Amino acid sequence: MTHVPYLVAGYGLSIAAIALYAVSVMRRAKHLAAKVPAERARWMTGNDADVIGES
Amino acid sequence: MTSTETAVAQRGPTRSRATTILGGVVLIGVAVWLFLAFVASGPDIRTTAEGNTIGQFDAVRLLYIHVPLVITAYSAFVVTAIGSFMVLVKKSVWWDLVAGASAEIGSLGAALTLLTGSIWGRPIWNTWWEWGDVRILTTLVLFMLSLGYLAVRRLEGTAEVRAKRSAVVGLLLVVNVAIVNKSVEWWADQTLHQNSTIAEGAIADLKAFTLFFSIVLGLAAYSWMMIHRFRLAWLERQYDRFGIDDAIAARRSEADHAQPVTQGESA
Repeated sequence: MTHVPYLVAGYGLSIAAIALYAVSVMRRAKHLAAKVPAERARWMTGNDADVIGES
Repeated sequence: MTSTETAVAQRGPTRSRATTILGGVVLIGVAVWLFLAFVASGPDIRTTAEGNTIGQFDAVRLLYIHVPLVITAYSAFVVTAIGSFMVLVKKSVWWDLVAGASAEIGSLGAALTLLTGSIWGRPIWNTWWEWGDVRILTTLVLFMLSLGYLAVRRLEGTAEVRAKRSAVVGLLLVVNVAIVNKSVEWWADQTLHQNSTIAEGAIADLKAFTLFFSIVLGLAAYSWMMIHRFRLAWLERQYDRFGIDDAIAARRSEADHAQPVTQGESA
């Protein structure tokens, strides 16, 4: 196989960056979930106004 | 406890049955994609009429990650633009959060597009970066604009002003997507890029299938990530809005449950 270092760099860096981003989203959500009551945690459960500036 | 509250408590704040299934499908898809990209499909080797061997050889495999990243970033910015439009028309919180979540994923996609493009360009064009190439330059502008959009969302101001400002920048993103996409046709003499590989049928057989599969997988992964990022955005909003109220309620609740202490008992 030719161009192995380029393939490793291209796939490795991209997959690692996407995985890190996914993990960071999950961790931030977990951290915030401890502070927001479950009944407000999902948008389906929110019964507040859905208009910007009217909350 | 409602079914949604139970789901939040059991699976986590951003997970649901649908995202678990979608995430599983994406993971299986990644395994199939890697098999197609590295085992099933062959290198790009062609022989000219003079008998010379030309092609991208194994570097062609980089296109199976570069192209889906481009298309995912484009799609993410189109969703941001739709969300921004809806913000301006309906002042919708839901669309504002969708636009913001999609722009963040799009920024990551654009950054990785530039990175993988650069890594592919080195062996094929013999350069890491070419400032004179309009597609590279317009993609860089698109990436910078997406960072600008995310920065504008964090500026000081009321929710309404902030949403309006970011929506205007969000609409510019989709204009830039069109410019990036058409740049190789409009400025054909100022680019190393070729026209659309798929549209021109320049790729066929298993290579074409692998490319198509990688694009579908990229969009599926975007959908999975988008749901999670949107739910995180909702949580952030709820915390910003109700965080202090919840803290006060918690303190009151603690005080109500505490043992009452009278003057006579304190001695």
